[in-house]
Amino acid sequence: MSTRVAESPASLADPDELALGLPESYLSAGGTLGSWLTSTDHKRIAILYALSVTLFFFIGGAAATLVRLELFTPQADLVGADTYNKLFTLHGVIMVWFFLIPSIPTTFGNFLLPLMIGARDLAFPKLNLASWYLNVIGGLITATAVLAGGIDTGWTFYVPYSTTFSNTAVTIGVLGVFVSGFSTIATGVNFIATTHLLRAPGMTWFRLPLFVWAMYTTSIIFVLATPVLALTIILVVAERSLGLPIFDPAKGGDPILFQHLFWFYSHPAVYIMLLPGMGIVSEVITCFARRRIFGYDFMVYALVAIAVIGFFTWGHHMFTSGMSPYAALIFSFLSFVVAVPSAIKVFNWTATLYRGQVGFESPMLYVLGYIGLFTVGGLTGLFLASIPIDVHVQDTYFVVAHFHYIMVGATVSAYFAGLHFWWPKFTGRMYPETWAKFAAVLMFFGFNLTFFPQFIAGYLGMPRRYHVYPPEFQVWNVLSSSGAAVLAAAYLMPLGYLTWSLFFGARAVNDPWNASGLEWRTTSPPPRVNFFGRPAVLAKPYNYHPEGAAPLHDEPRIPSQGSLT
Amino acid sequence: MTDPAIATEAPLHAEFLREPWDGLGLPQEEALSYQRFGATFGIWIFIASEVLFFGALFLFYAAVRAEHAEAFATAARETNIVYGTLNTAILLTSGLSAAAASLASEHVPLRRLTQWCLVATATLGLAFLAVKGMEYRDDIAEHLVPGRGFKLPEPSAQLFFGFYWLSTGIHGVHLTVGIGLVARLIWIGWRHPERLPGNPQVEVTMLYWGFVDMVWLFLYPALYLVGRPG
Amino acid sequence: MGSLMPAWLMPVAASTHAAKVDRIFIGLTLVSAAIVLLVVGLVVTFAIRFRRGSNADRGPLPEVVSREFEIGWTAATLFVFVFIFWWAASAEIGAFSPPKDALEVHVVGKQWMWKTQASNGAREINELHVPVGVPVRLVLTSQDVIHSFYIPAFRLKRDAVPDQTTEAWFQATKTGTFQLMCTEYCGTDHARMLGRVIVMEPQDYAAWLSAQPEGDDLAHQGERLFSEKGCSGCHAPGSTVHAPNLAGIWGQAVQLDGGKLATVDAAYVRDSILQPKRDVVAGYAPVMPSYERLLSDGEIQELTAYIRSLGAGPREVRTPGVPPLSSRVPGAQSERSPAMVPGAPVADTPSPAGPVVRP
Repeated sequence: MSTRVAESPASLADPDELALGLPESYLSAGGTLGSWLTSTDHKRIAILYALSVTLFFFIGGAAATLVRLELFTPQADLVGADTYNKLFTLHGVIMVWFFLIPSIPTTFGNFLLPLMIGARDLAFPKLNLASWYLNVIGGLITATAVLAGGIDTGWTFYVPYSTTFSNTAVTIGVLGVFVSGFSTIATGVNFIATTHLLRAPGMTWFRLPLFVWAMYTTSIIFVLATPVLALTIILVVAERSLGLPIFDPAKGGDPILFQHLFWFYSHPAVYIMLLPGMGIVSEVITCFARRRIFGYDFMVYALVAIAVIGFFTWGHHMFTSGMSPYAALIFSFLSFVVAVPSAIKVFNWTATLYRGQVGFESPMLYVLGYIGLFTVGGLTGLFLASIPIDVHVQDTYFVVAHFHYIMVGATVSAYFAGLHFWWPKFTGRMYPETWAKFAAVLMFFGFNLTFFPQFIAGYLGMPRRYHVYPPEFQVWNVLSSSGAAVLAAAYLMPLGYLTWSLFFGARAVNDPWNASGLEWRTTSPPPRVNFFGRPAVLAKPYNYHPEGAAPLHDEPRIPSQGSLT
Repeated sequence: MTDPAIATEAPLHAEFLREPWDGLGLPQEEALSYQRFGATFGIWIFIASEVLFFGALFLFYAAVRAEHAEAFATAARETNIVYGTLNTAILLTSGLSAAAASLASEHVPLRRLTQWCLVATATLGLAFLAVKGMEYRDDIAEHLVPGRGFKLPEPSAQLFFGFYWLSTGIHGVHLTVGIGLVARLIWIGWRHPERLPGNPQVEVTMLYWGFVDMVWLFLYPALYLVGRPG
Repeated sequence: MGSLMPAWLMPVAASTHAAKVDRIFIGLTLVSAAIVLLVVGLVVTFAIRFRRGSNADRGPLPEVVSREFEIGWTAATLFVFVFIFWWAASAEIGAFSPPKDALEVHVVGKQWMWKTQASNGAREINELHVPVGVPVRLVLTSQDVIHSFYIPAFRLKRDAVPDQTTEAWFQATKTGTFQLMCTEYCGTDHARMLGRVIVMEPQDYAAWLSAQPEGDDLAHQGERLFSEKGCSGCHAPGSTVHAPNLAGIWGQAVQLDGGKLATVDAAYVRDSILQPKRDVVAGYAPVMPSYERLLSDGEIQELTAYIRSLGAGPREVRTPGVPPLSSRVPGAQSERSPAMVPGAPVADTPSPAGPVVRP
């Protein structure tokens, strides 16, 4: 029987590894387009999401490339003012709502959450498929806005500019965001219910891998923050298209109220982008250091603390809007407090390396880069939490650099770490390791070259959203634009070699990294039903060595204590 | 959430069991009641999300009203309290029939009661929309649509009516979705009567209906009772 | 401390506030650099020392258990962060209220220009002349969308919001020309909404000021509006309508209908003009009509300046209809002298507050 299985193209690389009556992998369970577009298999939906998210990433990236090209010189020589304004808006809207927010939860989360907790699928598989359609429809609506002439409000849609003054396709654009919001709420409901109800026997809350905790806390923000954005968008549309007075200052409306509502969503949304990456880092760093995570309990509490406190810091986006100084102080204080759990995570990752058997495979390189970039991004957050400094650098390139360190430096690095780490599990193929390492190193240096000069330009006073700028800032912009070229090359490389590996890569074994998670206790790629039989969990996660003693040699994980199927 | 003593009274149909709840290795009855619990759990999370949605709407109302209390009181006196109160009564009654439908659906002998309660719920929902339509017609006739020719001179009174049209509109959309979901259950009960008892969708739909009811209980005083002391 | 950063990495610091901001910035940069070095140093050291297969010691873990480590660095981080918060916040609190004698400048942002008008009458577009060493209080508003008034050299930024007023203040410490920019995205020419702030020695400023075309200053324009728009019909003491007298109320607390107290400031005056029925002073009937749409933002600013200029001055008010013989605004236009400029050397006796008789 094993001979027959080996002939099937997507089956086990090593048929002896699990010589059971193997069902075919999820990839070969029907190859027609229709079978993909109607599948309720969480793994297939994850692949659908991965494709749409990649498409949006490169659309947003193309806009960013044009923006950086234009900023190479102080004059407007590539595009005019209006085109530039539409480009940075497109970049922001696409990257925030159609790449960063859905990226890790809907691809890795969708694929791995059920596998990691030993479930067959998410709690509501049809809802999961619906969420992908909503996301794509939302993206297409927003793309329509681009075809209809673009949007020039910036991704923040501040009123009264967006409601009364802009002559661009704002309504269509925000409606796309509105529709995609349903998609994230559906994903959040699904993840929360799955984590609560479908854990395998023995998978207690404090045996959950940290990636699952990250998905769980992210989902809570999905469910509780997204509806506020949905309402804010309805208010904008009602004012802009239905002519109802909402924020109109001439009628006594308050444009600052819009900012409160918008940031009540959009600040927690930053943590939507951040927490999933933290989950990936915890998985990868333990595997390649062959160590248990340092301080598992604190890592869990830190995730929960960030998710909760993150709801109460939105006001730090509005220090210059003339808010009451008392309110400003409270928001400033809470913004400092929310940085503490993030710092704890960095210390714990560092301590996890101590007395490990540290390997430098490509996912680990991305993660080491992540720790450096996240530390810089997090610390510059303290600058912005200090009111006097924030007043100076608010809406300058300092802020731009800060949030790119967090969202691109950290989260996108984590995304690529996860992509390389789980690629064998997703596709059953290995990628060329040398290329992957090269891309990881290039991405780290390209990123720093792009965004570090922006901190300096920002403190020197260069405002964001300027398509022409005083010539004294040119040197920093030239550095930044050159870095962007390196970064663009580093982002395109995985697209090439990962695609190549799909066809020519070596077959992956079930557990190529000798990792401890439940998702590796099945075939690569997994079958439709995920596991052979019912998995049961016997120990805490990251079971790479006996408790209390570091790994003396590069030992395989301890199957006797690990998660077993 | 589900009392097993009651749950077992309804026959559990194998066709209700869906992926991934069929793969838990539980006996069928247990799997079904666990799936039912899962569905209820899911809708509660969704309702939590909806609470934040309407919470933001009421926050908007509170902030604007705090700034323009006088104008809001003046403007709110222009709403039609007869229609508003009538609609509150209609919707509260529909809440009763919805709760009855939810409880009755757990017992096989009460299948016909379930069906009639569902019909009553949908009818009352439609009645609400009909009354709302009449109210809208009167409002338009009285020039209560913000913009040129608005009835009241104070510009901030238009903010109140901006909120009025928007909030009743959003509530109306939610109610319409609810009527659609109830109609679907009625259709199931009519074509496949055996599928109604024990169907988890009844409880889920009725929880949603109850939530939409609750929203109105907050909208009613905010729109009709402000500025009408005593 | 300023010498810790190379000059080309720091923008020009030309206000009292800028020096404070730079101190916090440099302090925070040092702390951050130390933390980055610590983290990166540990990561690199651990990664190399405990690389796979190295013969570094990996025996039983030390006695100190992870829990103590966790609590230790949580407490240390929290302490450092709260300390920085306290440091930054105390600088902010200290700098919140402008000094009483500040020169007042009204700023109106509109797509895509800045209009400024100082209380001494100087009106400019995309420029603002100020004397060095004199506190300047900015009162900002916007005619269309939200703008943000940003002078990097002063580390100063404040949003200009339509139909609201926001305030900020600065005191320049260096003469020269400094960049003024808009930092709240406001449409097509956002990047071209630039201006200059010219800080001058007080004598030069006085000379510049006297060379400005004669235009009434804000308070005098307000005084004219006060009778033109019919305010004086009720608010003059001789009026038959029972309305509050506005002389001497600026900055005072007034008793409102319903028992609340309100302080008479720019926001209160603005509200009272636009929504007179909202906060009625106790003892008066709510009879005043709203002036919404009848007055522009600039006119409201002028009326406010007028009421402000009445200060705690004498309570005689012109009877409506009688041509103005005397102005109640201290320092009439024709009498503008260097002495009117705060901080300028006093060449002669300053004009006393109170009624000034026009020749």
